[in-house]
Amino acid sequence: MRMSDAGADGFAAGRGSVSEPAVLRVRVDRKVYRTRRSEPVEAVRDLAFTVAAGEVVCLIGPSGAGKTTTLRILLGLDTDYAGAIEPDPRDGAAGIGMVFQDPRLLPWRTVEQNVRIALPRARRDRPLDALFESLSLTPWRARYPGALSLGMQRRVALARALADEPRLLVLDEPFVSLDDAAAASLRALVIAAVDRLGMSVLMVTHNVAEAIEIADRLLLLSPRPASLVGTVPLGLPRAGRSRSWAEATRRDLAARYPGVIAD
Amino acid sequence: MAVAARLASLLVLLALWQVAAAFADARTLPAPSAVAAFVVREIETGGMLFNIGVTLARVGISFVIAMSLGMLLGVLLGRSRLADRTLDTPLLVVLNTPALVITVLAYVWLGLTETAAIVAVALNKLPNVAVIMREGARGLDPGLEEMARTYRFDRRTWVAHVLVPQLQPFAVAAARSGISLAWKIVLVVELIGRPNGVGFAINYYFQLFDVTAVIGYSLVFMTVMLALDTLVLQPLDAHVRRWR
Repeated sequence: MRMSDAGADGFAAGRGSVSEPAVLRVRVDRKVYRTRRSEPVEAVRDLAFTVAAGEVVCLIGPSGAGKTTTLRILLGLDTDYAGAIEPDPRDGAAGIGMVFQDPRLLPWRTVEQNVRIALPRARRDRPLDALFESLSLTPWRARYPGALSLGMQRRVALARALADEPRLLVLDEPFVSLDDAAAASLRALVIAAVDRLGMSVLMVTHNVAEAIEIADRLLLLSPRPASLVGTVPLGLPRAGRSRSWAEATRRDLAARYPGVIAD
Repeated sequence: MAVAARLASLLVLLALWQVAAAFADARTLPAPSAVAAFVVREIETGGMLFNIGVTLARVGISFVIAMSLGMLLGVLLGRSRLADRTLDTPLLVVLNTPALVITVLAYVWLGLTETAAIVAVALNKLPNVAVIMREGARGLDPGLEEMARTYRFDRRTWVAHVLVPQLQPFAVAAARSGISLAWKIVLVVELIGRPNGVGFAINYYFQLFDVTAVIGYSLVFMTVMLALDTLVLQPLDAHVRRWR
């Protein structure tokens, strides 16, 4: 079943072929924040999209456009909206690994404990050597998060998200507030993990260049209330993308969607 | 360095006391040596150790009762708006009732018994614990709550790794302020209605106007409680904060 034209369009045009099942279908008809003191604020209106198996999708929109709101809805943290999410986040394990913008680690538990605690009890003792090694976290396993830089803390948050081998990895502005080197190394780790484990990715960002580097498909959001203004499949495989291609793509997008993407 | 400074200030205090005692009447302000002699004598005859033991037992039992009930109540108040609205006024009333009134009423209603004494001390301390724990439970990090929900933490995991670590500093603060409150109140409770304990002994020697004995008892008991704070509660505090 297709949720909407925009979602179905993008779905067919993405890297994942139509026969591949969607790991996530989002349809938010309307999300309004009501507060007692001020006017109600409409954060999302008629936003629908899907994420196919193995597909990397980037949600791009201006700050305050309702991107994080959309993530909170699909994680089941906000249930006060009109619409539907499949699979329903209220039905137990959703198979989603989440990396929050602020790492949200438990500062009183070590790096390794932080990763293990987030696993279901039955799988808590599974071997994680390979995971820590792949993220270069092995020397930090017994340290507390407070001793780590923000970039390293994000790596721990990524390890926590990957530990239970999710079908979908959700990243909320994962490279923001990092210096260029830290952002580049974390980006490389995310791409390597995705290529190795083959899960789907939904990444929220306001950085278009970053999205062009990683995504199979871009979803462009309007300012609040957020709705889909465009779906842009990026045909070229990630490995074959050059700097000049990325720059040309970005300029092209800026010309086509001047309201969403600045020069 | 810190220990040396403490020791030096202690010695200066003792010296001042000795000088003051030389000019004062020996019955109103006995010299430190006289107090020390009394303490040694009282320990040898067994009276002091017994009284301190009895008082410590009362402090301990009422402390455990007040801490466990106060912590449960505080967390409930901090987590449930309804409970907070309903129980805030009674809590304020108990919090502002003088310790003496609670003690007298406990003895009137429960008789001059051990139970009444322990209830009186626990009831004096409980609202403080509840208020401190309420602050802790109100200030839980919403970001960590969302993380715990996203990763489907079960109740046991949430309590052990998210809730309790955030409450621990408050629990230790409540314990430290609570124990100093409890041992001050327990003396009053003993003075009014118990035939033994440090409070009883101090009242007994007050009747005889034996200032040496009064100072001797209070110094020894203060030392015991300070040792408890330094050797048990402070290390506990440091342990709770080890990850910082």
